[in-house]
Amino acid sequence: MRYWSLLFALAALFCIGAFLYAPFHPDWWLPNSPSEPHHTVSAFGREIDSLFIIILVITGVSFIGTQIALVWVTFRFVDRTDAQGMPVRPATYFHGSQRLEVIWTIIPASILVFIALYQMGTWASIKFRSAAPKVQPLAEVTARQFQWVMRYPGADGRLNTSDDVHLVNDLHFVKGRQALIYLKSTDVLHSFFLPQMRIKQDAVPGLVIPVWFDSDRAGKFDLACAELCGWGHYKMRGNVTVHETQSEFDDWMKRATDAQNVSQLVAVGGPQGEVKPQ
Amino acid sequence: MSAEHAANAHEHGHGHGHGDDHIHPAPSNVLTKYIFSTDHKVIGIQFLFSGLLFFVLGGLLAMAVRWQLAWPWSPVPLLSKSLWSDPAFGYRMPPEFYNKLFTMHATIMIFFVIIPLLTGAFGNFLIPLMIGARDMAFPKLNMFSYWAMPFAMIAILYSFYVEGGAPEAGWTSYPILSVAHSSTPGSLNGQTWWLVALLFAGISSLMGSINYITTIIMLRAPGMKMFRMPMSVWALFITAILQAFALPVLTSALVMQLLDRTAGTNFFSPVNWSVANAPPVVGGGQTLMWQHLFWFYSHPAVYIMILPAMGFVSDVIATFSRKPLFGYKPMVFAIAGIAGLGFIVWGHHMFQSGMNPALGATFMLSTMMIALPSAVKVFNWLGTMWGGRLQLTSAMLNAMAFVAMFVIGGLSGIFMAATPVDMHIHDTYFIVAHIHYVLFGGSTFGIFAAIYYWFPKMFGRMMNERWGKIHFFLSFIFFNGTFFLMHIVGMHGMPRRYADFSMFPYLNNPSMRTMNIVMTYSAFALGLSQIPFAINFFYSIVAGPKADANPWKANSLEWATPSPPPHYNFETIPTVFHPAYEYSVPGLVDDYLPQTMPRPAEAGPLDPVMA
Repeated sequence: MRYWSLLFALAALFCIGAFLYAPFHPDWWLPNSPSEPHHTVSAFGREIDSLFIIILVITGVSFIGTQIALVWVTFRFVDRTDAQGMPVRPATYFHGSQRLEVIWTIIPASILVFIALYQMGTWASIKFRSAAPKVQPLAEVTARQFQWVMRYPGADGRLNTSDDVHLVNDLHFVKGRQALIYLKSTDVLHSFFLPQMRIKQDAVPGLVIPVWFDSDRAGKFDLACAELCGWGHYKMRGNVTVHETQSEFDDWMKRATDAQNVSQLVAVGGPQGEVKPQ
Repeated sequence: MSAEHAANAHEHGHGHGHGDDHIHPAPSNVLTKYIFSTDHKVIGIQFLFSGLLFFVLGGLLAMAVRWQLAWPWSPVPLLSKSLWSDPAFGYRMPPEFYNKLFTMHATIMIFFVIIPLLTGAFGNFLIPLMIGARDMAFPKLNMFSYWAMPFAMIAILYSFYVEGGAPEAGWTSYPILSVAHSSTPGSLNGQTWWLVALLFAGISSLMGSINYITTIIMLRAPGMKMFRMPMSVWALFITAILQAFALPVLTSALVMQLLDRTAGTNFFSPVNWSVANAPPVVGGGQTLMWQHLFWFYSHPAVYIMILPAMGFVSDVIATFSRKPLFGYKPMVFAIAGIAGLGFIVWGHHMFQSGMNPALGATFMLSTMMIALPSAVKVFNWLGTMWGGRLQLTSAMLNAMAFVAMFVIGGLSGIFMAATPVDMHIHDTYFIVAHIHYVLFGGSTFGIFAAIYYWFPKMFGRMMNERWGKIHFFLSFIFFNGTFFLMHIVGMHGMPRRYADFSMFPYLNNPSMRTMNIVMTYSAFALGLSQIPFAINFFYSIVAGPKADANPWKANSLEWATPSPPPHYNFETIPTVFHPAYEYSVPGLVDDYLPQTMPRPAEAGPLDPVMA
């Protein structure tokens, strides 16, 4: 009978083991670049990760504590009977302890309030509109079934002018700079999800929502849709390219502008807008 | 169960003079006895059977979901030819069919399995028996509450067969995907049937909850003070209050969406809005309003799906620890606290929805606080077992699994209550893991515990303990194998509701593939593990050993009457002397003391705060 406690112990060990192993395997841990699995590219991402780890430690300790108690109780207090079928040991008779109730109310309460208040600042700096960076918007991103339509301001740096550059599923910004986008939807709900930058914001029909983020590494990242938007939800993917320098970004923007302006199809090279010199 | 018995009881009842103790004779007609019955026990068993039937269907839908996630686009053996697609696609599952699968899996499990089993089956069966009443306050209303369900069941099943097929907007049915007919095939007609089905299921719940509240307030046996009721009754009482207050909001939201879809209103569509190049609608509505209305019901619904299980588990753990429940009154206040806070946390589903982030910050605080009463309950269960004489029956093992697994579901909730962390894990498999640890690890193990525990009372026969333990052992292992790794893939950013994640370089790696395959094998094994349960259940109904009135030596009133109870429940209405948890009272020969027997004077007065 008492060996049922082993089953509970094994399940708990499995759960703990999975989370202990996770940091050592880049494909188990929080999504980061495979070359630097423990470096999170965005400033917000690093804050979110540290909060995640704090909560992981607090919940992990609580989990281990309660599971040890459960396993021990099952092992220690299982009913045993003697040869006559009478219990070897009577159950203790008590109805509870006011002191214990107070202790195990106040301690978790203070931990929970601490967790809640501790991250208010991070939340405010990521989402409150008053915290939005005072920069020119990078682009207006409009989600539709099943693509991300990007509208860049073009040479004049202003949106909704005739030199705007329109691209699909192609988000570019510069390393180390706050990128600010305006998020919209033309049909149903979508959600703008940058897994490596830990950014998520629903695109809501009828609303324009500012979203800002950065990256301290150049490279290629993913943009995913995280809100069910129809049959093609699973393939609503965008490419995110972080450029090393502003001039590299400007070069790319110039090529994209040129590609948009050519009238002859032959001149256009690839979907990224590279123009073949003729 | 015959009329003459009833007549005898009638005399007895008046002899004791407990108010108006009028007993109707048991119906002799099969139709009114077993089908259109007003007997709460029959209605409870009707809910039990239909709930378990839908449990099979919901489980099979989940298997198809798991197949697609492990081996995307490979034809499902045996089923693919008849269910979907055509030879031109090589019988591959179309992605919209995948969306139908998870939508219907969740809808069926939540609205047709968990809620009807917890409140419909056990609420109906247990409340009058546990408070010492002859039946519900409104037996006919009770009958209607069951017979509203078949309309819901037919509507939800029929949605598979309408043009466009079953709904695809998820069980949350967020507009505009669910409202715009051209947005996805399932929104063509299936969504309308989904709305109709939920309206009927809601009406059923609402009638039930009114009945439970009235019955518990009005029909308690003499001496059954509120603070002498078993935890199951307390939990069902508070759940009924939740339902009665939250369901009208869902009902109005469902009607609004139904009108948007059928009558051309625009509660949820913005001005001049168009989807998939369809003609634009006039608009003027708010998309987010649906989310507020839906979650105002559906977050309390999460507690509707866990509180009754907490009550059952409390009773099972106390009985099989042979020890008074640790902190009975704090447990009641904890349930009330969960229910109260449950009404002000719905916004935590909407942290990333575009709702004002300042509002998100307040919802974060209330959501954090709701973890507190849940934690208190876990500590009290452990305190109940501490120093007891644990009898590890199938019911007890399932109840202990509830405690162990609910801890995981509760702790993972703290991650998503923290708004910044939620930014990353929202709409990923971390959430899927969380909900399954609460609804399978919690509610479903609670339901199993309740079935093993009250089966003798329901059917007058015992279930087989050996097969019960085999069922528990396999379910517990494969449950963890199925759902725990979802935390890991979710943490790595695998979004939920994706038919195939291999388009994304950060997800398309051998680890993610392997974990998904492990989860799928575990899910199949979890499904197969229910076969011993089904065989045990049906075999025991017919051929299990006869159960006596009180096989577990428990205290509450349902064990003071024969198994199964007669039509009128109690020969005479019992008188109650103390709460239901007087086990192992010192100085008594037996280690239990039924509520109908006074406590011995030498045991001293009960602790006024704890008991």
